[in-house]
Amino acid sequence: MTEKTPEFKAKLARQFMEAIPHSRHLGMRLDHLEGGIAEISMPYDKKLVGDPETGVIHGGAVSALMDTCSGAAVMSHPEGLVGTATIDLRIDYMRPATPGHQIRARAECYHVTRSVAFVRATAFDEDEDRPVATATGAFTVDRPAAGGAK
Amino acid sequence: MSRRRIEPVQVVRLRRDNALKALVEGVPYIRMLGITFDRRGDELTAVLPFDDILIGNPALPALHGGVTAAFLEVTAIVVLSWTIAWENMENGHRGVDEWNPGHLPRMPKTIDFATDYLRSGLPRDAYARAKVNRSGRRYASVHVEAWQDNRERLFAQGTGHFVMPSAND
Repeated sequence: MTEKTPEFKAKLARQFMEAIPHSRHLGMRLDHLEGGIAEISMPYDKKLVGDPETGVIHGGAVSALMDTCSGAAVMSHPEGLVGTATIDLRIDYMRPATPGHQIRARAECYHVTRSVAFVRATAFDEDEDRPVATATGAFTVDRPAAGGAK
Repeated sequence: MSRRRIEPVQVVRLRRDNALKALVEGVPYIRMLGITFDRRGDELTAVLPFDDILIGNPALPALHGGVTAAFLEVTAIVVLSWTIAWENMENGHRGVDEWNPGHLPRMPKTIDFATDYLRSGLPRDAYARAKVNRSGRRYASVHVEAWQDNRERLFAQGTGHFVMPSAND
């Protein structure tokens, strides 16, 4: 492969993200992707509500956002991985997200070994100073086959 | 105070089915994922019928990791709420009879949830059962197991901690 410019890789990862049916169904948008850091936002939608009395989004939808964002961060790591899957993901819920506002997640793949990628992520609504949730996860690492051998 | 009479089975069954229906059908996100619950006495099994919108990796294809986590968390919350409701019903508290999808009890709130992905979720229906390992006045700890074709081959498990709804909520 000759085209390994950052722009090309970013475009590839973006297309990959947008080709994830569940993420697309939740209206997720990739806002930033570079060097092991991903930012993805998810618009407020009534169908994601977990508490009908308050209109607060269900924790499960926040999990889906955190998982997508974490996986994207792994894929954008400078080591150039070709695939990843979640091994484990733990989410801490700090507070309910404000109804009516989008949720934005930022994930950082901060360490990669031969077989594991480590990620931490934070989710915010309109209040940048108070996170809605934080997450830590471990992901599998699929590397390109060496020398073209299978 | 009159002694409790033995109620006809239809009355008991209707009350239990209605309570469960309110807990599940009142929540838009549960409806969006298409999760339903089978009941045998007090035991619940969550069912997630496969749908294309649940896919995370179209190449395999595999369920989205976020869907798996959400399925486990939904199961944990519904089973925990159901356990509280069951105790109320058994103790003769009839507040449960007032529940409907527009009028729900206060729900437990998730503090944290950890999902352990054991194998990739296949494009098939998935099932889950939750066990409330500790349920105190303020906090609860719930463990969930999920499988697809084979009950013994879990594809995911998870543990969550919850703040219990307080009596004066």
